[in-house]
Amino acid sequence: MNALKKLDKNKLILAVAAPVLAIVAALVVTSIIIVATGKDPIHAYQVMVDFGSKADSQVWIINKATPYYLSALAVAIGFRMNLFNIGVDGQYRIAAFFAAVVGGALTLPGIIQIPVIIIVAMIVGAIWAGIAGLLKTTRGVSEVISTIMLNAIGAAVIAYFLQDGRLAEKEGNLIHTPYLPDSAHFFEIATATKPIYGFVLIAALAGLVYWFVLNRSRFGFDLRTVGQSESAAQASGVNVKRMVVTSMLLSGAMAGLVGMPTLLGVSYNYGTDFPAGIGFTGIAIALLGRNHPIGMALGALFWSFLDRTGTQLEFEGYAQEMVGVIQGVIVLCVVIAYEIVRRYGLKAQQRKVGEELAAQARKSDKAEVSA
Amino acid sequence: MANHDIHLTVRRGSVHALCGENGAGKSTLMKILYGMQKPDEGTITLDGEQVTLHTPGDAIARGIGMVHQHFMLADNLTVLENVVLGAEKLHGIGGKARAKIKEISDAYGLGVRPDALVEDLGVADRQRVEILKVLYRGARTLILDEPTAVLVPQEVDALFDNLRELKAEGLTVIFISHKLGEVLSVADDITVIRRGTTVGTAVPSETTPKQLAELMVGSELPSPETRESTVTDTPMLTVEDLKLSATDPDGVVRAVLDGISLTIHKGEVLGIAGVEGNGQAELVEAIMGMRDPDAGTVTLDGTDISHAPTRKRREDGIGYIPEDRHRHGLLLEAPLWENRILGHVTEKPNSKKGFLDPKAARADTERIVREYDVRTPGIEVTAASLSGGNQQKLIVGREMSHLPKLLIAAHPTRGVDVGAQAQIWDQIREARHEGLAVLLISADLDELIGLSDNLRVMFRGRLVADADPATITPEELGSAMTGAATGHLEHVEADDQEQDQEQEGGDKA
Repeated sequence: MNALKKLDKNKLILAVAAPVLAIVAALVVTSIIIVATGKDPIHAYQVMVDFGSKADSQVWIINKATPYYLSALAVAIGFRMNLFNIGVDGQYRIAAFFAAVVGGALTLPGIIQIPVIIIVAMIVGAIWAGIAGLLKTTRGVSEVISTIMLNAIGAAVIAYFLQDGRLAEKEGNLIHTPYLPDSAHFFEIATATKPIYGFVLIAALAGLVYWFVLNRSRFGFDLRTVGQSESAAQASGVNVKRMVVTSMLLSGAMAGLVGMPTLLGVSYNYGTDFPAGIGFTGIAIALLGRNHPIGMALGALFWSFLDRTGTQLEFEGYAQEMVGVIQGVIVLCVVIAYEIVRRYGLKAQQRKVGEELAAQARKSDKAEVSA
Repeated sequence: MANHDIHLTVRRGSVHALCGENGAGKSTLMKILYGMQKPDEGTITLDGEQVTLHTPGDAIARGIGMVHQHFMLADNLTVLENVVLGAEKLHGIGGKARAKIKEISDAYGLGVRPDALVEDLGVADRQRVEILKVLYRGARTLILDEPTAVLVPQEVDALFDNLRELKAEGLTVIFISHKLGEVLSVADDITVIRRGTTVGTAVPSETTPKQLAELMVGSELPSPETRESTVTDTPMLTVEDLKLSATDPDGVVRAVLDGISLTIHKGEVLGIAGVEGNGQAELVEAIMGMRDPDAGTVTLDGTDISHAPTRKRREDGIGYIPEDRHRHGLLLEAPLWENRILGHVTEKPNSKKGFLDPKAARADTERIVREYDVRTPGIEVTAASLSGGNQQKLIVGREMSHLPKLLIAAHPTRGVDVGAQAQIWDQIREARHEGLAVLLISADLDELIGLSDNLRVMFRGRLVADADPATITPEELGSAMTGAATGHLEHVEADDQEQDQEQEGGDKA
């Protein structure tokens, strides 16, 4: 029992070790780069921490982290299944676009209007990702390739419809879908400064559902089994092909939520200025958070913090790109650190089990001798 | 600690057998000798000179060569290309290399054709290529890791002839095996390892297999023999005219199962003998629902399951001990209790109404660990950290825990130590007593003969022969496995005696 607890403790230490190692390594590398540009890295970090901890910064960070988190969840569903859904970006954009179109065309009470918009987004996202799943199972097309391609196709589809006279209207220089009616505005959480999007609660709920389904349901077990070993999953009775399609659908449905905080909380329409690229950020955050719901939440907040404080660095005379460099370096460090820690953990455990068994064996040998 | 206090002395020009349970530390010892792992303490002395081996390269430079259990050959290259690969500097890659290969092949009677494609070679030929590869690099000491595991008896004899040739030329062979009969017939000296330490040496001429096995496990020798027949008249599994074709890498559609018909009754163990790759794996996969047959029916306990999904079949009572436990039986990086759920996620105690019940699954894993003697410090460790035998015990325990009607056991004791082997045999026998039907596929002919109530021989996707395990000998079975004999195999007394004499003759030489 004692040994067991020790093993668990080691596991925990290893789980925390990887991100810490990655962030420390990333800090060292970025410091070197900042020094190379002739600036003081310590001061840069001070600026970031000071600015990041201001009240309005905090609200900004949470609001920005919400779509990041949803995007990371969407990517993580794929990762747990050993699928690399690079297409979250295209999925959430096309989902948000059609949700905005539907939402703009309807005027219903909020209690119906909002769910309709969200469900449309989830369905469109699921369809877009499902195409990649079907291509993989029927034609053997790698989901990496097909989801990238679908990003481009999605962008083209949106560009086609997002024109005056088609599904959008012109307002000054901007072209966007018709505004959602007031009933479709999601509630906000008031703070001393700016309000926080109410959608943050939906994101938290999504994280909870993600955890519960994966870790506590049969379906989640099957999904994780396929992710760990397709051959073992097949032998255990999982229909691997169906699971590929199902998990892509789920990943896409989750991706459909990514655009919702913006659509229902800020822009109320889908225009040419709708945020793009969150799908890729989600990949980085899923990696950083090890596909764990809490890990990814921290990762999303951290990423958002870097985004926020990066703007401030510019005022202090640092290159604003520095934050991009930090983020890039972190992703690299994370991938390397996790692999190192994972291998070390497996080896350490094997050694430990071997040692304990040998000790047991020696004990029983002695017992035999003395008997 | 995998090894401690190992003492091993191998005479030059001898065949030295190293035997021991799986997990006893044989592989670790071999890795140390081949420079793949560094010892914490102790010394290795080669020809009177103390050596330190850091990498396999060091070992090769000192004339130590290793033939791995799993062949390391590139299928799409010729024998010549495989042999020179990585050793191009020795004799080039052209005529000189070919001449050298010929020379080695002739000197030791290996009969290797340099221009044959490796993918066209059988298992025994591939093994000879591996041996040649090692000799080509100048090895004077050969380590063979379980070389007979994949061979039929006739091929084993041929291998032993090769080993005797090598010995006659002054080479040293270290031979690792579980199979005691083989060890006794080929080795000049035997060292036994148990629990990571050398527990004794034996002289083959003065030792019986029983004594040797007792030395290995430290207790009584198990035997696979089933005592009384428990076969009933109720068919449990009926396979009729099953056909399956598959596309091979060249794009040619080939029948891998052709007109397979068999019936297993309650309480019956049906053994399938055959050289690996003759359709046994496909037969298992068709019965498990992992491959959909082109024609024919599979009936389990009166229900047609020919095209049922795998999960349904498992729920209906098929237990499965897969041939390759790492690929099909375990999630290596998942803890033991999750591995206990694998394959039975919809059944009690693993889940309730679509949701996992980790508490009950953990508790039941504890029970399996206890009842099936899985040696592990706990159920939270990953499956990868257990030794092969203990992984297998966990799988057997898991499958038996769901009280299967039919157990498909593919090589259930492969790579498993003698102690665990006896346990697994006992469990199969016990369950058979209670009406379990078993489809047993094994390369270990003693196991097949000892455990089965009926035997069938599979060759090129067909069941070509049947035999009565009470009278048949491994040699007779072996000849049917190579396609030399078909129909009902009758045991022939005279033939048997001849074999015995040959065996003795071999021993004296």
